[in-house]
Amino acid sequence: MTRLLYRIGDVTLHTLDQAGRMALMLARSMVAILRPPYDPFSIVRQIHFIGVRSLLVIVVSGLFTGMVLALQFYNTLDRFGSMDMLGSTTALALIRELGPVMAALMVVARAGSAMCAEIGIMRTSEQIDALECMGIDPHRFLIAPKIIAGVLSVPILTSIFDVVGIIGGYLVGVVIFGLSEGAYFDSMAAGVEWNDVAMGLYKSLLFGLVITWIATAKGYFLHLERGGAFGAEGVSRVTTDAVVLSAIAILFGDYLIGAVML
Amino acid sequence: MGNRAQTAPDPVVQVRDLVVCYGEREILKGIDLEIRRGEVMVVMGGSGSGKSTFLRTLLGLKAPSHGQVEVLGHNIHTADRRTRLALRRQMGVAFQGGALLSSLSVGENVRLPLRAHTRLDENTMRIMTRLKLELVNLAGFEDMMPAELSGGMVKRAAFARAVVMDPKLLFFDEPSAGLDPVTSAELDELILRLRDAMKTTIVVVTHELESAFKIADRISVLGEGRVLMTGSVEAVRNSDDERIQNLLNRRPRDAVLDGDAYLRRLTGTDA
Repeated sequence: MTRLLYRIGDVTLHTLDQAGRMALMLARSMVAILRPPYDPFSIVRQIHFIGVRSLLVIVVSGLFTGMVLALQFYNTLDRFGSMDMLGSTTALALIRELGPVMAALMVVARAGSAMCAEIGIMRTSEQIDALECMGIDPHRFLIAPKIIAGVLSVPILTSIFDVVGIIGGYLVGVVIFGLSEGAYFDSMAAGVEWNDVAMGLYKSLLFGLVITWIATAKGYFLHLERGGAFGAEGVSRVTTDAVVLSAIAILFGDYLIGAVML
Repeated sequence: MGNRAQTAPDPVVQVRDLVVCYGEREILKGIDLEIRRGEVMVVMGGSGSGKSTFLRTLLGLKAPSHGQVEVLGHNIHTADRRTRLALRRQMGVAFQGGALLSSLSVGENVRLPLRAHTRLDENTMRIMTRLKLELVNLAGFEDMMPAELSGGMVKRAAFARAVVMDPKLLFFDEPSAGLDPVTSAELDELILRLRDAMKTTIVVVTHELESAFKIADRISVLGEGRVLMTGSVEAVRNSDDERIQNLLNRRPRDAVLDGDAYLRRLTGTDA
């Protein structure tokens, strides 16, 4: 019994400790980036890494998500004879839910894991210590550009995902099943409101922050992991943790924002 | 303060009663050490002696549980951000594995401190980078990535990066570990040249005896978290402390262990 209590206390303390560290890291990074001299290119480089290089996977997954959605919706709507609604249902599902969530998950898989591993390796190979010893703030040099790039890139990737998804729906609904083009786009224009777009936007902003925050913090604090993380095994462990934690955070955040805004 | 006799130059690093713990484990158990201006101080010790922890604490990367480290007259752990930054600009560090940023070329790595702390124009920075790379025989490798270099070359590039700001105080973590004898000897020569030409104070943490004896002005021997002795090369060589002699003669620490204790340790009944 005491063992159990001890264990619960230990886990709780460690979790609180980790949460505090992560919050401090975020705050320090945001303060550090405000101090001159400014280096906009470091952010541009990260946008290239997180944003531009995720484009292909976003386009491909967006296209198929839109196609599958239209396929399923077409079948269901067909039973009620309301195929005209295909455009708006597909667009709403994409803009409000699937766009932000799927795009964020894709960014986690492609860029989040890579960021975490990169920073983790920098920690184990003393590169972060070297930065500190050179008087270069790692929060500013390493972390902040990634987080800012994440917050900027993920909403843009999400909107690209949405647009490509709508095109995918068009391909299935109009080109394959022969629904009229006017019906597909008219119902979309009538059914989608600013509120829906805003919800998707808020979600993607939050996801952009959370993904890069978790990925960078997990790598950065690799040496403080429970039970000690070290070398290649440590990097693989924190990377897996970062991906799982990000995915959970995305789905939880998705529900939370949905519940608040609906 | 200013009129000290030449025989006792003011300490550049002053360590007082330093205790450092990892969790509940005490790694350093009260270390006092003074590093004087312009000397090469070698901190020696076997593995587990606490020398890496000691270096990390000197660099301000690890906070002590007790005691203090004064670098160039300031406590490196409690100094405010600005002072600490000023201190770091006067310190150069070459880590054991080089710790070059893998995303930047060799030249960019060496240039990094200049870029962060000076307002020199690109051309001047490039020239300074080349000068320092030439110093470590890496001229022409400027545009290569760290991944394309051999281990010894990475170490030499890290050396160039450590000295690019012409620091007053230089730290080397295991400079000759993993290097071939020729490169290792070259690095030793370079350390001595830096001391003589620039009057740089140099702290070398190593377990390589040969290199230690060659470059040291004074040696401090660590063992089990304490300073076993600090003195000249001769004094350390002639020390009659058994633990120091064990280290010098590469004798295993546990060579004489009584049978009972060994049995207890094996069976785990030693509580």
